[in-house]
Amino acid sequence: MNWKRAWIAAAAAAPVIGLFAWGLTRDPNNIPSPLPGRQAPPFALAVFSPGQAGLARPVGDTVRLADLKGKVVVLNFWASWCLACRDEHASLSQVAATYEGQPVQFLGVLYNDVPDKGLGWISEMGGQSYPSVDDPGARVAIDYGLYGVPETFFLDATGRVAFKNTGPVTPGMVRLKVDSLIAAAQASAPAAAPAAPSGDTAVPATKGGKAQ
Amino acid sequence: MTRLIASNAIVVALAVTALGALLAPIAVRRGRRDWLNLVYAAVYTNFVLVTISTLALVWGLVSHDFSISYVAQVGSRATPTFYTIISLWGALEGSIVFWAWVLGMYAAAVVWFNRKREGNLVPYAAATILVVAVFFHILLLGPANPFQAVFPVPFDGPGPNPLLQNHILMGVHPPLLYLGYVGFTVPFAFAMGAMFSGEVASDEWIRLTRRWTLTAWGFQSAAIIAGMWWSYEVLGWGGYWAWDPVENASFIPWLTATAFLHSVMVQERRGMLKLWNLNLMVGTFVLTILGTFLTRSGIISSVHAFTQGTIGYYFLGFIALVLVVTLVMVAGNSDKLGSEGRLDAPFSRETAFLLNNLFFTVFMFTVLIGTLFPLVAEAARGIKVSVGTPFFNRMSIPLMVALLFLMGVGPALPWRKGAGPEVKAKLLPGVVLGVVAGVLVLVAGARNIYAVLAFVFAGFALGVNVEEFVRGANARVKAHGEGWLTALSRLVAGNRRRYGGYVAHIGIVLVALGVTASSTFKTEQEATLKPGESLTVSGHTVRFKNAWGREEKQRQVIGATMEVMDGARVVGVIEPRMNYYPTSSSPVPTPQVRSMLSGDLYLNLMAFKQDGSNVTVKVIWEPLVPWIWFGGFVVCFGAIIGVWPGRERAPRAAAVPAAATPRTEGQS
Repeated sequence: MNWKRAWIAAAAAAPVIGLFAWGLTRDPNNIPSPLPGRQAPPFALAVFSPGQAGLARPVGDTVRLADLKGKVVVLNFWASWCLACRDEHASLSQVAATYEGQPVQFLGVLYNDVPDKGLGWISEMGGQSYPSVDDPGARVAIDYGLYGVPETFFLDATGRVAFKNTGPVTPGMVRLKVDSLIAAAQASAPAAAPAAPSGDTAVPATKGGKAQ
Repeated sequence: MTRLIASNAIVVALAVTALGALLAPIAVRRGRRDWLNLVYAAVYTNFVLVTISTLALVWGLVSHDFSISYVAQVGSRATPTFYTIISLWGALEGSIVFWAWVLGMYAAAVVWFNRKREGNLVPYAAATILVVAVFFHILLLGPANPFQAVFPVPFDGPGPNPLLQNHILMGVHPPLLYLGYVGFTVPFAFAMGAMFSGEVASDEWIRLTRRWTLTAWGFQSAAIIAGMWWSYEVLGWGGYWAWDPVENASFIPWLTATAFLHSVMVQERRGMLKLWNLNLMVGTFVLTILGTFLTRSGIISSVHAFTQGTIGYYFLGFIALVLVVTLVMVAGNSDKLGSEGRLDAPFSRETAFLLNNLFFTVFMFTVLIGTLFPLVAEAARGIKVSVGTPFFNRMSIPLMVALLFLMGVGPALPWRKGAGPEVKAKLLPGVVLGVVAGVLVLVAGARNIYAVLAFVFAGFALGVNVEEFVRGANARVKAHGEGWLTALSRLVAGNRRRYGGYVAHIGIVLVALGVTASSTFKTEQEATLKPGESLTVSGHTVRFKNAWGREEKQRQVIGATMEVMDGARVVGVIEPRMNYYPTSSSPVPTPQVRSMLSGDLYLNLMAFKQDGSNVTVKVIWEPLVPWIWFGGFVVCFGAIIGVWPGRERAPRAAAVPAAATPRTEGQS
């Protein structure tokens, strides 16, 4: 045995194994977004599904992000052909209803779909408490760097993207994020920047559950 | 009960394999040949135990014993029995059980066929396989345990993944793949055995492994083709290869194994490339484990990714062990593996083999780097990238074209000496066929340089390889006055390895023709048709007759009856379907293919109106695609000829140093 050569060769294995070990700590399906921590791209989209009770907005009404200053905004991109959207729908709709009267705007954004099918889907799923807007040509989805549906963006009261979730949301996560953003908005004087979590991206709640 | 038997069989198998692996080196060191019988007994016992646990799992599936976690995960009372049985390999845990069984079978076969052999090669080889078996048993008791108790016992399960119960090829492709993939453990074990026992400098062990390597290679080739076929018949996109990490994982070791099958001939005849061949042999095994790690750990994003869990860490540990031990042994022994011969002439058979190995190795690294690049890029620069088909195609097509050319030149070139006048005669039929193929494909409208070259070289290689049979048989007819068929069969029987290789070459040419033609001349169209309306693609007309639906036990089926027209005459019916499984909210496309010698008419049902008033179908004309599948059969036939037991040509005297052995075998 030529031990000198043997150990040199064995040392060559170290970087490969190191790379794989590091790789195991990563999730290849988690696509990072540069948006968290930045100002959310503006939009003006027309409501096609009014929502229910106190959260409702009339059909045809144009929702502008600029008009929502001072409110926490939860933007949920969805589509009627998206399977994972079915998983999150009921809980998201229920959680949204509990925030009636608070400075929060939940908004569904229809992605690569037609409003008729979206409306059919909403009635099939037993209604949607908050309004949904249509995004013709997926222009806003492109501005937000959408990778697939569902994706949910949490915007703080100053219109900054605080947090983005890829894949279906869970009720606990939505409450946690919205509550902390409301608290931050109320705590901060207009001069101080809100202490919202920034720069982080959620790990998908269920792997592979996302339509792409 | 079934669960306990199966589960305990694995526990005992772990103990038996671990003890056997430990005992082998002790027995060899102490010179106790009688203890070796215990090691071999451990190998056989392990095979019995993994057979019991595999059969128990199959029985659990068939008897719908939902108290077994794996059955609860993939079983369903509505699934037909065939798909219930093959769901053995439909998910991670079951596939590891099957892996352990195939490994146990190979181990038992290796020991059985070599049990009387003197020396320490076989004991160390057996110990190596046992160590691999230990790893898989640990997986089965840890992160991939299919035999966990489920309580309360559910009445029914979800059934296998719909895609895995939609086509009969699911019963063919995975077992072939495991037979190939796991089979590469055997040459690896022999290589390790040769190094541990100090017999590595002799050529004898490499002759011993040839048949095993060829067996595994044949299964692997068949598995890759069957996988392409499955993808083509089931997924509805009309393609058969997408360079997905899982496909690459099956292809990468195939490339090194193919290189080895060629370069080993240079070692046997000329005593060259010993260290290189050793590297190819152990490298092939390392690449199978690496491929399994990549696709089972979730480290690389893939459409096929299995469930993820802690199994990646186990595989990482095993890869680390295998890599370090292998590198230490190969590098440590590299002094003993000097070359005896040298390259005598630039245009000799040796040169063709060297280039062949160069291209196969570059090919392997290309696919490997493309597969791993997303990981490297994220580690080095923190960016997310994906490497897609354009990269792989651009990199691999020139290599494939070059390999086709070599496949034509190689068989015509003589060993040692340079090309003489007889080479011209051997090449002539190939050149003629190559020119004809080139003209035909230019007339047909191909303008891509690589496509044209691929056709030319495919024709060339076909001509040269067929010529070898014609020339050999004719010589026998003249010399012995035999009938032509007798002469041909005796010719092949006289040197199975050589002519098996040429048969495999012809199969590869057919595959290459199919792949090139279908990627160059494929045409497709999608249309929404009312009953009676028709669509014509590349001169093939289909007419929509009616849409229908039916209820089956495990699924609902929507189909469209499409008539294939020849003028006004109906010459056939194609029925593309959509299958709806209760566990999946989107339908599983079920395309239907009508195969002809000239190509496939491939129909996929894209959408339908509930009332049957119209359907949307995609019609694809896929020229020469059936040749790929037929070529796959021919390749396997070649491999069978090569491994078929016959006269052993190699000298059996193991003690004689290889350098002193006169190389008397026939040309191969």
